[in-house]
Amino acid sequence: MSKTPKPDELSKVDYTPPKTGWMDTPAELKQGMWCYGSKPKNLETLEFPNPRQWSPADEDWKLPENWQETLLNGLKERLDKYRSFKVFMDICVRCGACADKCHFFIGSGDPKNMPVLRAELLRSVYRGNFTTAGKILGKLAGARKLTYSVLKEWWYYFFQCTECRRCSVFCPYGIDTAEITMMARELLNLLGLNTDWISGPAANCYMKGNHLGLEPHTIVGNLEYMLDDIETITGIKIKPSFNRKGAEILFVTPSGDLFADPGTYTAMGYLMLFHELGLDYTWSTYASEGGNFGFFTSNELAKRLNSKIYAEAKRLGVKWILGGECGHMWRVLNQYMDTWNGPADFLQMPKSPITGTIFENAKSTKMVHIAEFTADLIKHGKLKLDPKRNDHLKVTFHDSCNTARGMGIFEEPRYIIKNVCNHFYEMDEHTIREKTFCCGSGSGLNASENMELRMRGGLPRANAVKDVVEKYGVNMLANICAIDRAALPAIMDYWVPGTAVTGVHELVANALVMTGEKERTTNLRGEPLSGMEGKE
Amino acid sequence: MNAILSLIAVIVLVLIALLGVKTANLHFLFGIAVPYTAIAVFLIGVISRVLKWGRSPVPFCIPTTCGQQKSLPWIKQSKLDNPSTTSGVIGRMLLEVLLFRSLFSNTTFELRKGPKLAYGSTRWLWLGGLAFHWSFFIVLIRHLRLFTEPVPSCLNKLEVLDGFLQIGAPGLLISGVVLLLAVTYLFLRRVFIPEVRYISLAADYFPLFLILSIALSGIIMRYFTKVDIVGVKALTMGLVSFNAAIPEGISVVFYIHLFLVSALLAYIPFSKIMHLGGVLLSPTRNMPNNSRMERHINPWNYPVHVHTYEEYENDFREKMKQAGIPVEKE
Ligand code: SF4
Ligand code: SF4
Repeated sequence: MSKTPKPDELSKVDYTPPKTGWMDTPAELKQGMWCYGSKPKNLETLEFPNPRQWSPADEDWKLPENWQETLLNGLKERLDKYRSFKVFMDICVRCGACADKCHFFIGSGDPKNMPVLRAELLRSVYRGNFTTAGKILGKLAGARKLTYSVLKEWWYYFFQCTECRRCSVFCPYGIDTAEITMMARELLNLLGLNTDWISGPAANCYMKGNHLGLEPHTIVGNLEYMLDDIETITGIKIKPSFNRKGAEILFVTPSGDLFADPGTYTAMGYLMLFHELGLDYTWSTYASEGGNFGFFTSNELAKRLNSKIYAEAKRLGVKWILGGECGHMWRVLNQYMDTWNGPADFLQMPKSPITGTIFENAKSTKMVHIAEFTADLIKHGKLKLDPKRNDHLKVTFHDSCNTARGMGIFEEPRYIIKNVCNHFYEMDEHTIREKTFCCGSGSGLNASENMELRMRGGLPRANAVKDVVEKYGVNMLANICAIDRAALPAIMDYWVPGTAVTGVHELVANALVMTGEKERTTNLRGEPLSGMEGKE
Repeated sequence: MNAILSLIAVIVLVLIALLGVKTANLHFLFGIAVPYTAIAVFLIGVISRVLKWGRSPVPFCIPTTCGQQKSLPWIKQSKLDNPSTTSGVIGRMLLEVLLFRSLFSNTTFELRKGPKLAYGSTRWLWLGGLAFHWSFFIVLIRHLRLFTEPVPSCLNKLEVLDGFLQIGAPGLLISGVVLLLAVTYLFLRRVFIPEVRYISLAADYFPLFLILSIALSGIIMRYFTKVDIVGVKALTMGLVSFNAAIPEGISVVFYIHLFLVSALLAYIPFSKIMHLGGVLLSPTRNMPNNSRMERHINPWNYPVHVHTYEEYENDFREKMKQAGIPVEKE
């Protein structure tokens, strides 16, 4: 693994483009900027082509003989299947409005990280092979041939895009480079060119139901640890159920919440909230993943992985589905799930059993976001909250890209935070809501071998946090995404040491006054509550 | 390099028209045949291009959501930026097409020592783009007076409005000046902003030079050489009534102007200028964010291989039983 440069070194970014034109500047695959190639066994599990041992650093990527033909046919197929792709190939005017909107460009200065140029990497091949002007005029019309070095460049730069869609917000035509990245990754997957940090979790999810490969008994075991901790802190023994038929609600959350800090505290938050409400719900070990790493390989695999949620809801006979805090999980659930695996006509219109609120906005998918659910509870005064318990926290909120730009959930989490914390501060308006900056590790880039890339990509987000740290003394970065909870701690440690990361429902659980609880002296992390220091 | 090549291409076009009319006397070709061909290429090209896009389906509902979703009744939805209904979408598209709303919210950033990233709003591209498109549009509309008899009064009013500064004779029309300035600005930013220069292709400079020279030749005709406007109108009316003849005595500048316009028309369907049609078809902007409310249908959705619960239980039955998880088959 390469050594990641120190922050002061990494932050000296040079934005001057090279002297040579981009077509004449072949990509140099730098260590620390890419993830390991997929292992053959994972591709085999997923029934993906060309499983073999390979490394991006190799000269020879062991491609099938007719790789060019495969790619061009794949390209043609996708142009015919997706209007977005076809239109986006044709109408970019290279105005450059998107150029400086990408966190990877801001953090690296590499012009091929400008969304427009990232897309041109593919567009140029499209022009060269599918347009008359490109065929005749070649380079003059911005066209080029699909060579081995172009292919490597695709792989390198399309795995330096977190599909965050920030560029799309600013483009006058809504050209979404994430959409182009998705197509490019599908094409690369036709040749077995993926990263193992994506195909590994995807294979796990396919066979075991979740990315982390937690087997059913391990899920139960992990939750039991949390239940013990909850009992220590609150004196309350919670007994959740698993794969229980006839429950009213199926709860699905990303498996990251069951596995590592600080996600586990968020999971404890769910457990405590649901217990306090007396909710008739169940976890599933089969559909134990809300996230979808298939989304970072191909539409088809994404659909295969997503199918488990409805299938399990049907098998268990629940009425509706509640979804936990996750970014890309919600982009998929909001924009794709019903189309792929619906109609969910075996479910009922989601209705909060506590407040009676009917979630009209989920009347077709029958799946409600937990922030919507909890905000509704608070609005109806159904929770007893003591925000003072979070008084040692100065909280800011990071909108994750997917829930921001693929869903638009902005007010619900803010409303919750303001009701469970007394100190909430917004970051710079240019870095929140739909203009939010990616954590830099989304869409399957949260590995450890590409740390430099992640720290570069995380720079804009971290910098906006640093700003509120300096201004207001913020010490807690809240979010509603499992990848954020996994990725942001490393980014904070690197750029803004001393800032911790939390899910919103951890904050809720800390403030939640539960029936029959003992006097709490610590929060879920075992840290003394303010005013309780030394009382333990 | 790309800019110079594009400039040369436009100069060549000018020379073709100049020599063709002045030296070779091909008035019929440049006055009638070329414009007709250009219009045919334009119409057929644009229509087939749009149909081609239209043939590809929109399998998923993928709007880019730039504001609060529709959720609980007491949470204010951002109806324009995150529309959930058709009227919201129409509003969003209108603001986008008429006022370039996305460009309005454009930002710049600066990396200061610290490191500290600072962001700010910038409206230059928005202003330049808006000025360019609107002035171009008004100039285009003004030209309708050459193709109508009698000239509708609204066109006359527009011209009065356009010339409200009342400078010189013939009166100076603002739209032409704005167009010239805006094209120049758009060109200069391509040359002077390093990132934009880096991404610019010949296909970006060429239309700018073409439009610039069209505007210049128009201005020369109107203010300097005093083209025989009666002759021009006779020709244009002939063209629209499919009864074209070449009147005597129209200066060669007019033929150059007409040839450049023809070149632009014929070029449109093959170029990025098609963005004017494409923007309306962009799924990230023209769809409502209602995919949790209404099921969106993918016409080519097909069944996929899934790992069923049954297979899963077969893999883990014993472990599940030991952990006290209910199973289907004992
Ligand atoms: S903002 Fe849109 S049109 Fe402009 S360069 Fe970027 S993708 Fe192209
Ligand atoms: S989608 Fe995000 S990561 Fe990808 S190019 Fe656009 S801004 Fe960059």
